[in-house]
Amino acid sequence: MDFLQDPLKIAADWLLGIFTGWGMPEIAAQVLIGFLGVLILLSALMVLDIFLVWVERKVVSRFQDRIGPNRVGPFGLIQPLADIIKLLIKEDTTPEGADRVVYNIAPLLSMMSVLILWAIVPLAPTMLGVDLNVGALYLIAAGAIGTLSIIMAGWASNNKYALIGAFRQVAVMVSFEIPMLTVLLIPTIFAGSMGMSAITQNQDIWYVWITPLGALIFLIAAIAELGRAPFDMGEAESELVSGYNIEYSGMKFGMFYAGELLHAFTFGGFWAILFFGGYRFFGLEQVSAFLAVAVVVFKAMIGYWIIMWIKYTLLRIRIDHMLAFNWKFLTPLAFVLLMVTALLNALLADAASWFYISIMFLSNVLLGWISLEVARVYSRRQREKVEGPKVVEVAHH
Amino acid sequence: MSQWLYIGLFFVVGLIIPIGAIGVAWILGPKKPNPIKQTTYECGMETVGDSWVQFKAQYYIFALVFLIFDVETVFLFPWAVKLGQLGLFAVIEGIIFILILIVGLVYTWRKGMLEWA
Repeated sequence: MDFLQDPLKIAADWLLGIFTGWGMPEIAAQVLIGFLGVLILLSALMVLDIFLVWVERKVVSRFQDRIGPNRVGPFGLIQPLADIIKLLIKEDTTPEGADRVVYNIAPLLSMMSVLILWAIVPLAPTMLGVDLNVGALYLIAAGAIGTLSIIMAGWASNNKYALIGAFRQVAVMVSFEIPMLTVLLIPTIFAGSMGMSAITQNQDIWYVWITPLGALIFLIAAIAELGRAPFDMGEAESELVSGYNIEYSGMKFGMFYAGELLHAFTFGGFWAILFFGGYRFFGLEQVSAFLAVAVVVFKAMIGYWIIMWIKYTLLRIRIDHMLAFNWKFLTPLAFVLLMVTALLNALLADAASWFYISIMFLSNVLLGWISLEVARVYSRRQREKVEGPKVVEVAHH
Repeated sequence: MSQWLYIGLFFVVGLIIPIGAIGVAWILGPKKPNPIKQTTYECGMETVGDSWVQFKAQYYIFALVFLIFDVETVFLFPWAVKLGQLGLFAVIEGIIFILILIVGLVYTWRKGMLEWA
């Protein structure tokens, strides 16, 4: 096995030789190596997170027809480092009457819930934290810790804006978890496994071609889970100032902010892994593990960019509309899609692959079209109940 | 080494990083509290009453509906994993199970629980 194919194993074996040479028991050496590996991965992610601050600011500027940070360093690249220094030397205030224990734990959990997601991200065929066979469930469970941190922050701040923001955000997050869970079942059916590594390796054709609607529903649910626009009523700045993190200052606020950016990038990555082949790109992943990492990071960046594009293009929707959209449209659609996919997958098990792919793709398109049509008819009926039947204007010449 | 030990390491390091960042900020940052600074932020208004009050029950209903669906969706994961080997019969069974779930959703809908009243 050469270094380009499996760098982690070679590095681990080398370190194991050194540590056992120092007279360390083998199990302790292995735990230490695991710890170092995790530390390097997560530190690299934090460095990436700093870069993401710059990316986000540059992209939002371009969407709003501005230039963005361009003074500190080339293209403003040093700007996030200056921001970090500022956050570090800010005074950390705690409002009186806050529940201090819960108030201080919340930012830690917020960051942790994002970082632990990377345990199951397959970066290359030979490079991944843990090949967990319940990866899809782990993804949801780690997301639940993020939800918990938001409700903790909102409740412990003893601030009405924070409390309302937290309640709204949690209502969004728990609602959109149902379509997300349902859509996660679809790659599970195709791959026959919940593991992210198995799902990636099974994608000889990207799953987006056989379940485009599933990929779309996952993206919508992911944006809601992130609490980003158009589902950002949790931190609606025009009414709640900034929602659940309003009382936080200094690095504690920084943890929420950095966690949110990294979370968006992470979900871009999961979108790529579940539906766009993860590290697979025309056999490039076989050449070198480093190329595979580059591919998955590139795909995650594109996913992240699409999430940003939606954020800065759409308006915030009202919470009752959002909940109605989820429970009356997206959840039934996700369940119907799951049933159709499971049925067609079983019926076409022996069919030729081009026939299987085209039937799957067409069934998704058809289902999407029918559901939009049903929603249109339903909303027209609702509108006519209020406004009366639409008067058809006779054209005058 | 066990997989779950690695997951544990991710939890530990995932906590060490934010604790480190906040710890450094705590060492470097100034600490000059005063009563005005410590007040609850409400756009400059004096805070009236406690924040920890009874809250809109609507959120509770949605959380309850969520809980039912969440638990029942978890039952579907083992079904989805083994679907390729189980054949058409298991698919039909799964579809009947999902239909029962959808009946539950329709019932909640008809009861008016999904309206933001």
